[in-house]
Amino acid sequence: MKNIALLARRELGAYLKSPMGYVIVAIVLFIDGLFFNIKVLGGTPKFSAEVLQLFFAVATFMSAVAAILLAMRLLAEERQLGTLTLLLTSPVKDHEIVLGKFVSALIFFCGMTALTIYMPLLIFVNGKVSAGHIMGGYLGLVLLGMSTLAIGLFASAVSANQLVAAVAGGAITTAFWVLYWGTPVMDPPIREMVSFLSPWKHLAWQNGVLHTRDVAYFLSVTYFFLLLTTQVLQARRWR
Amino acid sequence: MIAVQGLSKYYGDKPAISDLNFEIERGEIVGILGLNGAGKTTTLRILACLLLPSSGRVTIHGIDVYDNPHDIRKQVGFLPEEPPLYREMTVESFLVFAAELRGLTRANARSRTVQVMEITQTTDVRDQLIANLSHGYRKRVGIAQSIVHQPPVLILDEPISGLDPVQIVEMREMIRSLKGKHTILVSSHILPEISQTCDRILVIQEGQLVAVGTEEELTGRLTGVHWLQITIRGDQHKAVDVIAKIDGVMQCNPGQTHGDGSHDMRVESDRDVREAVSRDVVQAGIGLLQLRPAEAELESIFLQLTQSTRGQRAERGAARNPKPAAEKEVSR
Repeated sequence: MKNIALLARRELGAYLKSPMGYVIVAIVLFIDGLFFNIKVLGGTPKFSAEVLQLFFAVATFMSAVAAILLAMRLLAEERQLGTLTLLLTSPVKDHEIVLGKFVSALIFFCGMTALTIYMPLLIFVNGKVSAGHIMGGYLGLVLLGMSTLAIGLFASAVSANQLVAAVAGGAITTAFWVLYWGTPVMDPPIREMVSFLSPWKHLAWQNGVLHTRDVAYFLSVTYFFLLLTTQVLQARRWR
Repeated sequence: MIAVQGLSKYYGDKPAISDLNFEIERGEIVGILGLNGAGKTTTLRILACLLLPSSGRVTIHGIDVYDNPHDIRKQVGFLPEEPPLYREMTVESFLVFAAELRGLTRANARSRTVQVMEITQTTDVRDQLIANLSHGYRKRVGIAQSIVHQPPVLILDEPISGLDPVQIVEMREMIRSLKGKHTILVSSHILPEISQTCDRILVIQEGQLVAVGTEEELTGRLTGVHWLQITIRGDQHKAVDVIAKIDGVMQCNPGQTHGDGSHDMRVESDRDVREAVSRDVVQAGIGLLQLRPAEAELESIFLQLTQSTRGQRAERGAARNPKPAAEKEVSR
């Protein structure tokens, strides 16, 4: 636990000292704000709950993109700069390295997501939505962020550089999302299984409803990709 | 202290090292000498628990690197050729981080960081970002991170590569100053570094150990080879031609040219050719200023050892794979 905290602290420092983190946050906040004005508040009059649901839908997409970009440097940069050697020759377990990286990215991601709170608060003050809807939505965003960060971290572990990591992470994440579009041509029980694997089926939190099955889904994806990343690090010792 | 038995490492089908055996005693400074691609870095990476061996056994203080890498890593400090440094950190914060990573408490890490900055003479750049340091200082910080947890074993992979002459001397002195506190393993393909820093030398060629010993022991292996150090005044090319024609001379290499117009030369022969050299050089109208037997330089030893190993391998390979009759005819 001490090693995880130590690694997470250093990694968080790296996010805060490099311009990349701030650039990603600025772009996400700008696009979130822009869509909030144009798509969510603009157009035909809507119920407050509908406005909030639209905000979370936009934030879902932007959070996934941000998570991939935040995760791309985590291990690929260490490999590029040779600093992974320091970690791998220190008395630190491979899963501690992975968790340290993951926790730091998650903390940064949560900070970035928290900065969007003014938009739901505007709806809360000027409209009629429940605090539960807002909380459920944000918990969902964090869960989605966790799973996407884990995918991005895995891509970063298998890629030679950050750009390739971002592309690979984006491809894996997109594959999960578009799985759902193929389900109409599938037969049961494959259709049910594949549709369960797609995040489309686990977005009820955008309406303020947080199902246990959805929480379990995002936590499972997170665990699976963190486990894979640890295996990739272990396999490096054989090469 | 360090025992390596039958160590092999394959990258795919290609052996990077095969059947290495050696032992290193506590407190020794041992140099691993070999050409690029000889297997030095792979050997050091296995000892540092960065890589796992394909076969064989490595123990440090009786602990096996395969069975218990976590414990070994606490006892080993490793400096790869390119120091592993986080550029956005200051020197001091990086060393504190490296110390904590090796299991020191925050308070111990801070006090130990102050000590290693003094040892490696990096105190004056303690607050600078690593990104802004020169290559020489980065190497120093690299050494500092490798000794910050006071490991009994220190592994340095090409520690002087990329340094200027002044930095090389300083680095050599720093490594020597660590003797006694650590058992040190240094790899290099630069011969003077090894001979001037190390107690013992392991010569690796194509993944195999071809010689082990002190510089004197390795010199003693090459009996029957004579070296002459000559200084002449006159046409150096003409002198080389004259000496090369003498019976028994295997090589005649031009050396340094001095300000007074004299030239150093080094002659390698399979017998004593001092009389013939002095006679022929003078007869050719070249001034002979000095002629003396020279010590076998490590460079010569290294070349002899590696060339003889290659020759033996080629012979073994030819014996195993005899050429077809037609091919033999053509080659003749």
